[in-house]
Amino acid sequence: MSQNPKHVLDHFNLFREPEYVEMFENKKKNFENPHPEDEVSRIIEWTKTEEYKELNFSRDSLTVNPAKACQPLGAVFLALGFENTLPFVHGSQGCVAYYRSHLSRHFKEPTSCVSSSMTEDAAVFGGLNNMIDGLANAYAMYKPKMIAVSTTCMAEVIGDDLNAFIKTSKEKGSVPEEYDVPFAHTPAFVGSHITGYDNALKGIMEHFWAKKERTENETINIVMGFDGYAVGNIRELKRVLKEMGIKAIILSDTSDVFDTPTDGTFRMYMGGTTLEEAREALNSKATLSFQEFNTPKSLEYAKTLGQKTMAFQYPIGVRATDRWLMALSELTGKEIPESIKLERGRLVDAVADSTSHIHGKKFALYGDPDQMLGLTEFLMELGAEPVHVLATNGGKDWEEKMNALFATSPFGTGCHAYPGRDLWHLRSLLFTEPVDFLIGNTYGKYLERDTGTPLLRIGFPIFDRHHHHRYPTVGYQGAMNVLVKILDKIFDEIDKNTNVPSKTDYSYDIIR
Amino acid sequence: MSNNIEEAKKIIEEVLSVYPEKTRKKREKHLNVFEEGKPDCGVKSNIKTVPGVMTIRGCAYAGSKGVVWGPIKDMIHISHGPVGCGQYSWAARRNYYIGTTGVDSFVTMQFTSDFQEKDIVFGGDKKLEKIIDEIEVLFPLNKGITIQSECPIGLIGDDIEAVSKKKSKEHNGKTIVPVRCEGFRGVSQSLGHHIANDTIRDWVFDKKTGKPIETTPYDVAIIGDYNIGGDAWSSRILLEEMGLRVVAQWSGDGSIEELINTPKVKLNVLHCYRSMNYISRHMEEKYGIPWVEYNFFGPSKIAESLRKIAAFFDDTIKENAEKVIAKYEALTKATIEKYKPRLADKTVMLFVGGLRPRHVIGAYEDLGMNVIGTGYEFGHNDDYQRTTHYVKDGTIIYDDVTGYEFEKFVEALKPDLVASGIKEKYVFQKMGYPFRQMHSWDYSGPYHGYDGFTIFARDMDMAINNPVWQMAKAPF
Repeated sequence: MSQNPKHVLDHFNLFREPEYVEMFENKKKNFENPHPEDEVSRIIEWTKTEEYKELNFSRDSLTVNPAKACQPLGAVFLALGFENTLPFVHGSQGCVAYYRSHLSRHFKEPTSCVSSSMTEDAAVFGGLNNMIDGLANAYAMYKPKMIAVSTTCMAEVIGDDLNAFIKTSKEKGSVPEEYDVPFAHTPAFVGSHITGYDNALKGIMEHFWAKKERTENETINIVMGFDGYAVGNIRELKRVLKEMGIKAIILSDTSDVFDTPTDGTFRMYMGGTTLEEAREALNSKATLSFQEFNTPKSLEYAKTLGQKTMAFQYPIGVRATDRWLMALSELTGKEIPESIKLERGRLVDAVADSTSHIHGKKFALYGDPDQMLGLTEFLMELGAEPVHVLATNGGKDWEEKMNALFATSPFGTGCHAYPGRDLWHLRSLLFTEPVDFLIGNTYGKYLERDTGTPLLRIGFPIFDRHHHHRYPTVGYQGAMNVLVKILDKIFDEIDKNTNVPSKTDYSYDIIR
Repeated sequence: MSNNIEEAKKIIEEVLSVYPEKTRKKREKHLNVFEEGKPDCGVKSNIKTVPGVMTIRGCAYAGSKGVVWGPIKDMIHISHGPVGCGQYSWAARRNYYIGTTGVDSFVTMQFTSDFQEKDIVFGGDKKLEKIIDEIEVLFPLNKGITIQSECPIGLIGDDIEAVSKKKSKEHNGKTIVPVRCEGFRGVSQSLGHHIANDTIRDWVFDKKTGKPIETTPYDVAIIGDYNIGGDAWSSRILLEEMGLRVVAQWSGDGSIEELINTPKVKLNVLHCYRSMNYISRHMEEKYGIPWVEYNFFGPSKIAESLRKIAAFFDDTIKENAEKVIAKYEALTKATIEKYKPRLADKTVMLFVGGLRPRHVIGAYEDLGMNVIGTGYEFGHNDDYQRTTHYVKDGTIIYDDVTGYEFEKFVEALKPDLVASGIKEKYVFQKMGYPFRQMHSWDYSGPYHGYDGFTIFARDMDMAINNPVWQMAKAPF
């Protein structure tokens, strides 16, 4: 017995105590009928081989450890960025429990969202009654200003018609006739969470903009896309816009709802794009997207109404930030102020100070398509080689963009983009073509454990580290944060590998 | 009727007043106040959730893949359908296990058929066949496969049973279990537990024979412990110390071999009644194995349970049970001496799933704390009956509580601690209430057994007596 209230043993240590270790051995030996140890060792080694990699890459049906989620998650995230808006997902209720948990585990914040709780009878007769009752209840209880509806795959498979259902619900008095209930069909079996983000945004645009007169003004709409760093990034964006004196509407501003204070009050709603702004955004002269692959349909729609549109790919780093600032400047006629030029200079200064530690280092990275483009460009600016870049939810068009990007820099030589692949593919790559560092979300820790490649956590979700979502990753400031993250990891690794007393005293340097 | 009860009933009335009439009538049946001497808690349960209310419940898939099957470590569990369900439940439940992940164990991996539109239109059976073949190539040491159905499977008419049979034959009789746990079935996780239990009966017990093992008169199986944060381990150690031989763990750190061998045991000891009473009853009927419910939260209930389990065996075991209780007395005493003064008379409101809305009450009481409200995410009437043995007169009971109701109840009763799940955690912390997640143990644990109780006590103390709560209100 090792437990002791004076020094409580947590699970980290408790189960390494001899009585538990012995118990585990006996359980395995006597009751699990385990594979012989040498057989397990043989398979472990086999999974590291070129032969295994080829078998692994030849699978076309099984997905193992993908880096993507499903459409409604993106739709819920998008909806939460509007003032007093309650996301309402039509379909099975378990899905909503999952989205709420998933977002809360990342942001360490409450996630408010309701379901129409469809069950077997709704599968047979359709979910109209669930919609009617659900809207009425949500409206009465949570008093939202807007209810944004999306769908689970169940409702999509049985073919529920949101437009008709919402209309009928209004006729039945669930919510007032003029009440805002934008909607989007978000089938989980098409695309990924970024597709859902796009569909939900387009739904809201259509709700507020369709058949309305448009009088163009000087405002710019900006869409950030699905982003685990929304809190830090949207605030950073607003700061830059203010510096430049640009009037902008951020379409889906999730920066406050995922960063509410602990002060004795639970704020179900906070901040967000006001409904007035959402309506007014029709008149803006342009809509800019920070994540091209998150917004194709929304931008297309804005374009058909006469807005200029422009898309970037999660601008991290010097040149990518240059480009969107210059585009913004050109679009608005506002000059980029000296203060921002100074910020740029400071970033370049930081890169110049540190880049020799990064130069030539090989990286593997995975995540959403735009974020991969942004990070890849920055890594190449730092003289690093983004050897393997993987996006489970990236397609052919993303691959082409990646290849074009690789071609712009000598550091892109020999680098590969892997659209549609998963983290089990990446595991093989990390064995057969090893790199120095891995960049990805929390699930990358399994790859770090298996392959020994140090993991830098940048992406979504990050469940096992806290508060990083508060710091921007885009723009010059964001690049600075990402640079520091990369450097910290590199220095930590050097120290870890040079701290053996009487063996590596010579490289355990105090100045680097 | 005491003032207490009247007051609580008034709170319920007020909370109900927000609802449209139709919903008020429905929700009214799920909220009540426990009155001493009544045979149940006076609430209806296991009924469809009202749409749009922000339920905390999940689905049948969560009950099968997430709870019952997912922890079986040497099998591969395919989340069959679109990518999301498997993604959101990936490694989220902290079912600890010993093994080489990706080689002979697969619990913290996400295997999915990642359905695309064409799979919905043309059906997914062909893809499923291919997936099973690919698994056999890439994960040769897997000892079986389960197919965890997501919503579309049942709606598009796929025949996963036929695929399972066919592929099992092709792969030398491999265990392949089709599970019809589509998320729209039933009203919560609960039906998923039941369906999963039934598939073990039909596709494991009735079809498989393992490597023969010698039996002893002291063979038991732990049923309904998912080894969250190592709970089953800190339980197993006590059973072994009292001389019992634990042949199987269902299902935390469990293996298919253990499932297969369970019908040979002398007694099934059942922790989570809700999720595994089905298979326990089946083994009682078919193999004549008795089962006994136990509770390993807090020293009072642990001692009571050890004696209850020992009563099924001979005097040696009974004496051993006393020895085990005595062995841990010093630890228990030291734990209570340290933490009780810091926690005595503090009040708790619970809302959890499975067995916890009643089972953890004793552990709180061992620390001098009082549970003043509790409810089940997916309990049935038999859970609420069992709850009467735990709760005190005037305890407010809320079944399938909505976000709105829970907030209002907490505001009205102002407990010192709220203990529920991740979706509730930040809501109450914002309100300034100390909170502990009682599904994942807030990434701590184990909480079962004597070793776990010390951790539990420390965790409740660090929640309630955390200096952060004194700072929530700005002094200006």
